[in-house]
Amino acid sequence: MELINLTLKAIFVENMALAFFLGMCSFLAVSKKVETAMGLGIAVVFVLTLVTPLNNLIYNYLLREGALSWIMGAEAAAKFDLSFLGFVAYIAVIASVVQIVEMSIDKFSPSLYAALGVFLPLIAVNCAILGASLFMVQREYGFLESIVYGFGSGVGFWLAIIALAAIREKLKYSNVPPGLRGLGITFITAGLMAMGFMIFGGIQL
Amino acid sequence: MKTETKKILIDPLHTQNPITLQVLGICSALAVTTKLETALVMSLALTFVLTCSNTAISLLRNKIPSSIRIITQLAVIASLVIVADQFMKAFLFDVSKQLSVFVGLIITNCIVMGRAEAFAMGHPPGKAALDGLANGLGYSLILIYVGFFRELFGSGKLLGHNVLASVNEGGWYYPNGLLVLSPGAFFLIGLFIWIQRSVEPSIQEEGN
Repeated sequence: MELINLTLKAIFVENMALAFFLGMCSFLAVSKKVETAMGLGIAVVFVLTLVTPLNNLIYNYLLREGALSWIMGAEAAAKFDLSFLGFVAYIAVIASVVQIVEMSIDKFSPSLYAALGVFLPLIAVNCAILGASLFMVQREYGFLESIVYGFGSGVGFWLAIIALAAIREKLKYSNVPPGLRGLGITFITAGLMAMGFMIFGGIQL
Repeated sequence: MKTETKKILIDPLHTQNPITLQVLGICSALAVTTKLETALVMSLALTFVLTCSNTAISLLRNKIPSSIRIITQLAVIASLVIVADQFMKAFLFDVSKQLSVFVGLIITNCIVMGRAEAFAMGHPPGKAALDGLANGLGYSLILIYVGFFRELFGSGKLLGHNVLASVNEGGWYYPNGLLVLSPGAFFLIGLFIWIQRSVEPSIQEEGN
């Protein structure tokens, strides 16, 4: 039950894109068409679900204070606190996972590879991915929790980007003031969507 | 000053602004601007990281094999961010707590990667440093604008000092709660883009 609550919270209440503004660059840049938004969204869900638990293991068994006790015994390990190396470690994990995922999808499912296309490499620098790992560390999630948190955040991002893309496709037919065309109106739209998502804010899970 | 240097310095402030025109680095611009103080600290941190990373990557540009350039750039940037983060934890602990994960997220801030990829890889260190500084300032400009209005009208304060005395403290100003919440940031940046593009029609986009 806890885990279901965490998933729902990550999808709606703490929506990556609309509540925490993470992954904004791709959120605004890749939302012109529903089709491409779908590709990016699925790629994000996939990578987040893999990377968050992996980084959880890295943090708990390599970086945190006393984490090395499985190698050198608790007493010696207590002297080491490598958590300041976190950023480099997480980004390295993310970059390599993205690379491996890209190669294995290319090998096993060329059709999915073609669908995801350029979005996989782009994900390495999507702040939603690193953000989820950093939040996971900050909130001290366990292994199982980090799996569902990663998955939930991914689904939240996917939901938001699909919705924005759908709105933008409809917007093509409206007459927007010249200065607002393109990026400006997208910002306003995203703002209104964020307002919509705020209704989930009061939900106690 | 030579025209080229001037162009590198001035363009990112207005017609090539990283946030409103290149669509880079928006996440942090929206998230850390509920108060002017966090916005200022974030601007300083990003300008520092951007200038240093542009210089370092430009120095290394002939030695980086192109197939692993992204990882190399990320390693340089991540090390610089660790420096900035540790510095803040030591000297500005309160602000660093408020910024929470967003200091770390400078690593994936697209401005830093974007400028490294688009400018530092092809220009000598001097120019790259200038470009980093100018883009950092362009970013700071937007952050300070958004932070100023969100704090002033959202809570009636500036840098923590009361400017508009709010109703809860016996004054006359009803704080506009919307500005503190996330939609406010979107609307403020949208408004800025509108004004900027109406003043300078050459940067308007075709179609929606």
